[in-house]
Amino acid sequence: MKVQAMVTAFNTIVIREIRRFTRIWPQTLLPPAVTMTLYFIIFGNLIGSRIGEMGGFDYMAFIVPGLIMMAVITSSYANVVSSFFSMKFQRSIEELLVSPVPNWIILAGYVCGGMARGLGIGLIVTLLSLAFTRLEIHNLPMVVLTVFLTSALFALGGFINAMLATKFDDISIVPTFVLTPLTYLGGVFYSISLLPDFWQGVSMINPILYMVNAFRFGILGVSDVNPFVALGMILVFIALLTAISLRMLKRGKGIRH
Amino acid sequence: MTNALEIEGLTKTYGDGFHALKGIDMNVRQGDFFALLGPNGAGKSTTLGIVCSLVNKTGGKVRVFGYDIDTHLSDAKLNLGVVPQEFNFNQFEKVFDIVTTQAGYYGIPLKQAKVSAEKYLRKLGLWDKKDTPARMLSGGMKRRLMIARALVHEPKLLILDEPTAGVDIELRRSMWTFLEEMNRQGTTIILTTHYLEEAEALCRNIAIIDHGRILKHTSKRELLQQLHVETFVLDTETTLESAPELEGFPCRLSDEGALEVEVEKGQGLNRVFVQLEQQGIKVVSMRTKANRLEELFIRMVEENAREASGGAA
Ligand SMILES: Nc1ncnc2c1ncn2[C@@H]1O[C@H](COP(=O)(O)OP(=O)(O)OP(=O)(O)O)[C@@H](O)[C@H]1O
Ligand SMILES: [Mg+2]
Repeated sequence: MKVQAMVTAFNTIVIREIRRFTRIWPQTLLPPAVTMTLYFIIFGNLIGSRIGEMGGFDYMAFIVPGLIMMAVITSSYANVVSSFFSMKFQRSIEELLVSPVPNWIILAGYVCGGMARGLGIGLIVTLLSLAFTRLEIHNLPMVVLTVFLTSALFALGGFINAMLATKFDDISIVPTFVLTPLTYLGGVFYSISLLPDFWQGVSMINPILYMVNAFRFGILGVSDVNPFVALGMILVFIALLTAISLRMLKRGKGIRH
Repeated sequence: MTNALEIEGLTKTYGDGFHALKGIDMNVRQGDFFALLGPNGAGKSTTLGIVCSLVNKTGGKVRVFGYDIDTHLSDAKLNLGVVPQEFNFNQFEKVFDIVTTQAGYYGIPLKQAKVSAEKYLRKLGLWDKKDTPARMLSGGMKRRLMIARALVHEPKLLILDEPTAGVDIELRRSMWTFLEEMNRQGTTIILTTHYLEEAEALCRNIAIIDHGRILKHTSKRELLQQLHVETFVLDTETTLESAPELEGFPCRLSDEGALEVEVEKGQGLNRVFVQLEQQGIKVVSMRTKANRLEELFIRMVEENAREASGGAA
């Protein structure tokens, strides 16, 4: 395929993905907005006022970066896993398989589609948070970099999940039993310095902790971990998951007999 | 001139160990209208699936307009349009979006894709449904949508796996006319069908496949010439108790009580009627039992089954 044709194919996939999640916006865009608003009201306003400060900031300001990140992670993952799995399920994946689009374009297209939703949600949640707190950005490049890379990483994760899934149940196992616990324990609501040494150590093996903290560093300038280590780690994971995804596409397991 | 499709020694063993293809050789010339025939489970969809990258082959070679799918897959794909046996579009997407998106996958810019999508949706009588989600189309419309989608990038080789399954007679005829026109304009067409009259009406060359092997690969004309015996069904005025003796013509009673008479090529029918007249049997109507290709097909597949089961013919 020529470069120009590949660009067209890539755009086609991304536009199709955006069309999909905007068409079903009550399922894709509305729920995170509602949930996050509830978090802001309950944890930030009602309970937060009793908690006082966390990491040197009032509780509301402390949790906003974590909540934005949580929404971005969940949405990026959910978009790719449900879209790609339903393509597999309805066999419309065959439209791509018969066409000359190279595998890496297919992957890039789906990942960017997932990022479009993840980052879109991130923006919505950020705007909502402005109703509750003032947002001063400490380090803009850090904010942009972490949120983009994290979104890409979880979109890749969703892709692998979709490739492996054989039934609809399989696409909710990872979000429910892996992503949600790791996010809650990833320092969204607290600084791990509150934890006993042992649990601090355990928390350090949770990759989401690094992403939440790198993002929080970008906004507030405070972090439990070195934000540059966090960025490096995200990049390593992205490289790893990309390699796995491309390998799966090449072998075609679950999509080609 | 290179062939539109060349298949050599193609084998396929599915994940469960089933040998679906046991060495297929097949050539389709450019500009041909080719039928791949065979009973259910013969391996037709598997063969075509491999050509279109929907199924991974186990062994053998496939070339599309000379492009080997192992080494020049993307060139091969650009020349191919596929209408699969099962519906395989996103049920929630709109007709127009489905077709333009497919064009995009082939690298056709949106503006041009829209023109081409409109052209084929109009030709296939789906233009007024362009904003309808696919799930709200009737079965026949879904088939036509798949044809429009397969043509949007104007492929040189169009592969149709049972395009007229579940399509009413009138629509089937109009699809025939459409395909014939495409073929006249230079598109090579390969189709599978269980309606043998369809293959007889449309195709120039034919391969018959059964149990993963090609039984016959020849022109339709040659195939029909091999048909020595034709069976006629005669409805008699009174239902016969038993089949009459007809000298030179083997005959039997069908389950419905009609008289089935086998007539060899060149024998002529007059002597059948003379003998029936003599025996006082009055014939009220007559038809051929099946169309000619069908008869031949059934014989071949039956013979193959006997050979496969090891019994003497
Ligand atoms: N995914 C699969 N896994 C295992 N066996 C399969 C698979 N797909 C097809 N087969 C088997 O391979 C054989 C050939 O199937 P295929 O679909 O090619 O037949 P066909 O000629 O297209 O039949 P039909 O006229 O019914 O469409 C069948 O016996 C079928 O059961
Ligand atoms: Mg089939």
